[in-house]
Amino acid sequence: MRKYIIKRLLLAVIIFFFVMLIIYTVLRCLPSSYVETIAREKSQQPGSKSYQEWLDQLNAMYGLDKGIIPGYIGWLGEFFTGHFGDSWKYTVPVIDKFNEVVWLSFEMGVITMILELIIAIPLGIIAATKQYSKTDYTISILALAFISLPTFFFIALLKLVFCIKIQIPDPATGSMMGLFPLTGLFSRTYNQMTPVQQFFDRAWHLVLPITTLVIISIGGLMRYTRTNMLEVLNADYIRTARAKGLSEKKVIYHHAFRNTLIPLVTIVGGSLPGLFSGALFTETMFSLPGIGYISYNAMISGDIPFSMFYLAFLAILTLLGNLIADILYAVVDPRVRLA
Amino acid sequence: MAKKKQVGYLSAKEARRISKENRKITNEFEKKRKRKNVPESEYLTTMHDPKNAVEFDDLHTYFYTDAGTVKAVDGVSFNVPIGKTVGVVGESGCGKSVTSLSLMQLLQRPQGQVASGEIRLNLGDKAYDVTKAPNSAMQKIRGNVVSMIFQEPMTALNPVFRIGEQIEEVLELHNVDHMTEHQMKERTIELLEMVGIANSEGVYKMFPHELSGGMRQRVVIAMALACNPRVIIADEPTTALDVTIQAQILDLLRNLKDKINSSIMFITHDLGVIAEMADFVVVMYAGRIIERGTAQEIFHHPAHPYTIGLMASKPVVGKDVEKLYSIPGKVPNPINMPNYCYFKDRCEMCVKGCEGAYPKEIKLSETHSVSCYRYYGQKED
Repeated sequence: MRKYIIKRLLLAVIIFFFVMLIIYTVLRCLPSSYVETIAREKSQQPGSKSYQEWLDQLNAMYGLDKGIIPGYIGWLGEFFTGHFGDSWKYTVPVIDKFNEVVWLSFEMGVITMILELIIAIPLGIIAATKQYSKTDYTISILALAFISLPTFFFIALLKLVFCIKIQIPDPATGSMMGLFPLTGLFSRTYNQMTPVQQFFDRAWHLVLPITTLVIISIGGLMRYTRTNMLEVLNADYIRTARAKGLSEKKVIYHHAFRNTLIPLVTIVGGSLPGLFSGALFTETMFSLPGIGYISYNAMISGDIPFSMFYLAFLAILTLLGNLIADILYAVVDPRVRLA
Repeated sequence: MAKKKQVGYLSAKEARRISKENRKITNEFEKKRKRKNVPESEYLTTMHDPKNAVEFDDLHTYFYTDAGTVKAVDGVSFNVPIGKTVGVVGESGCGKSVTSLSLMQLLQRPQGQVASGEIRLNLGDKAYDVTKAPNSAMQKIRGNVVSMIFQEPMTALNPVFRIGEQIEEVLELHNVDHMTEHQMKERTIELLEMVGIANSEGVYKMFPHELSGGMRQRVVIAMALACNPRVIIADEPTTALDVTIQAQILDLLRNLKDKINSSIMFITHDLGVIAEMADFVVVMYAGRIIERGTAQEIFHHPAHPYTIGLMASKPVVGKDVEKLYSIPGKVPNPINMPNYCYFKDRCEMCVKGCEGAYPKEIKLSETHSVSCYRYYGQKED
């Protein structure tokens, strides 16, 4: 077991090296170069140097005069010694900016994942045990609708209904306002609130974003659970369990469910990076300063240090997530032995 | 050009009509089944002969499929006497397994339903008609009074639970002797030893994938015997096994039967096994019983052309033949069965009467009877 984990970790290092090499190459080749943008701005100031002179000077300053391979090796060295550099766009150390925004996304991700598991797995089991019934069709159609809905469209719908159509009186002023806020993470009066009020204010702002994330994600997991459960329910050992005289409840939730868990573990293990990667559409449309939104802006402005750090972080999480999924696989399925 | 109706082809409209009708029928059955608090009087019955453990009486088990109704078991009646072994033979798909699953009430629902008929099960002081018994009553019977040995040892055990756990589950569920946990473990190990597993303590802690097919089949048998059932249904328990293990398993079943005096309903298509095990033999063909009798009668004086064909297609040691005999043709389509002898098209001994309706059962002796026109003349004798 330990040998297996060490082997997998060493393999992960090699994979990481090549993944980051590809990402670095792509980032260097992006048409939106941060340095070019700055150089153009500087050169247009009155009495300034020419664009080319600025470009050469800035390239040397930001270390972009080197080729891709030496540049990558340099980045790698810095990364492994813990120097993540400064973000070009946000002009603060990368790690500070990251630390500032990632936790909101993480919070949303964790809550979403927990709700997703709590809702989707039981729904999938119910749909499978009542196959071809009205319940099954209802659940399946809803799930399909949720998978197919584009995020931005669904958010617009939610906002229309819950922020515009449904109005409640504001407890403070008495004027009418939406049931949930349109955008943002805090109310204007946040700073004057007590800590308890602040907590609820924040939670109130997060209801719609998290609802969105949960609803668009449960469809897939529910379908997956249903398919697996159906397969397991037709297995011979389920008939054996029934032949023992076990109640239907015990057959489904003890004998069948343990077997359904096996493929589910892979999915859940694989979603570990998803907790940190943020949700670009949702964060953008609700103006939430999460990592999805921030990293997108960093990327379009050609902020190489920030993008590299963010993507390296995700790459590591993906590799770890896969390893964890494989280990969990062996935990839930006795037939799997890691070697 | 006249439109020819293709055989086996269903138009979309027709298929829709069939599945709609099926849903109506099966919903009714399911509704009946799902009622709560069914009074016991509704499924209480009396055995026609108290010496029988099970009496199948005109059993009809149908599958309402989208292609039409499959009459998998169509009017089957036979008895399983207490302490005896009844062999059920027939080729694949003739309804042997469905008959036994009807007794367990483990048919693939909602498509599979017992359409009519009774299955009377002797519980000692009373008798149940299991076709009318609700699920709650069946759960007390399954594994306790009637147990089943399944034919696929490789897949019949749950891969994620340990062997000991899976056997103990039955003991715990029908804990008639009020055993403690420790006693249950002892009993499980005793069961494993009884079915001839040497390393019983070790196997107790193993997972199914760590055992060979023969060992798993023994575990399945141990599980079926855990509560000393009155009736054991052995559904091709040796088909998946090699010959040496087969002989061991058969020995085992025979010894166990004598030990706990239960009845065995032995389903197989291996005539050699039947000859060795069974007291009575029931030959099924396309969902009906075509011949029945004691093992002696069936083996020495087979009457139905199908049984005769079966006997002829069995290799005999010491006899030199160019080519092993096989019955020509194949089983008719189970949907829309014709109303004449189902074997007519394959039969080499047809007589004039064969064009008529399905032949009635004719008694050749006290225990031997056959459904064939060839014996109609003898009826008057």
